[in-house]
Amino acid sequence: MIAHAIVFYIFSLIAIVSAIMVTVSKNTVNSVFFLILDFISISCLFIMIGAEFLGMIMLIVYVGAVAVLFLFVVMMLNVAQQKNEWFNSSVRSSHIPVGLLVSIIIFFELIIVIGGWKYKPDLLDSIAIEINTDLTNTQSLGSVIYTDYIHLFQLSGMVLLVAMIGAIVLTFRQRSGVKRQSYFKQISRDRKDGIELVDVENNKGVKIDA
Amino acid sequence: MLSIGLGHYLTLAAIIFTIGIVGIFLNRKNIIVILMSIELILLAVNINLVSFSIFINDLSGQVFTLFILTVAAAEAAIGLAIIVVYYRNSGTIRVEEIDKLKG
Repeated sequence: MIAHAIVFYIFSLIAIVSAIMVTVSKNTVNSVFFLILDFISISCLFIMIGAEFLGMIMLIVYVGAVAVLFLFVVMMLNVAQQKNEWFNSSVRSSHIPVGLLVSIIIFFELIIVIGGWKYKPDLLDSIAIEINTDLTNTQSLGSVIYTDYIHLFQLSGMVLLVAMIGAIVLTFRQRSGVKRQSYFKQISRDRKDGIELVDVENNKGVKIDA
Repeated sequence: MLSIGLGHYLTLAAIIFTIGIVGIFLNRKNIIVILMSIELILLAVNINLVSFSIFINDLSGQVFTLFILTVAAAEAAIGLAIIVVYYRNSGTIRVEEIDKLKG
């Protein structure tokens, strides 16, 4: 029990510190690195609490795809050295006290809700899908996703497809002056268009019109 | 203090959520950091759902988390694509200089 508590506190401390560093870091590349650290420690917490599948998916999706995407964009746009100095005095810094105040109020509201919250009396009757302890986490999730939630699963696939097409369409750029391969032209090319057979007369040569 | 319960996880989620909100409110320089703060907020929501799912012994919270992960990935891809296009058109992604809609 004590080991569980120690591990929880270590991982959550790392998560909180790296989340703070994401927002205050001066270099955007460092922000992305701390975001990756945050995702990894939260996924460790997920694995520890018993949601192994989601912890692993978190590693694959967030660390493997999303954070690396952020890193690519930060490096590609050459804004890595752009100073992220929201705490320095700027021309329009009047939003900082109000923003901090609102954030602190939101935090205390959340803490009040958590502190005064308790289970409703008929909770055990309202459980939708009870966790079967005989099965592994992955197996039980799979047996639910592919049966009860199959439509939502397919729709999330559609969401990913639309996002992929949208990202490609948004960032696609037609460059001028670049030679491109045209498959239709290539395939529909005929022998008559490409080759001309000429009888060369003696001492006259061939006149090439071009 | 030593027995980790649901309240500990909810408090952790609340702290990370608030840090994400602070990042959105106070960041005036770089719009990519704002997108990262949104990812932090989604992470906090995921922590809430997973810890409730484990402590109530109900699997549907984890299913919801899976779909939130999908939507978060799609949102990050689209947002970064929009940022790339904006940078290509106007040469900056500083929040202070994005004022084209200002009349």
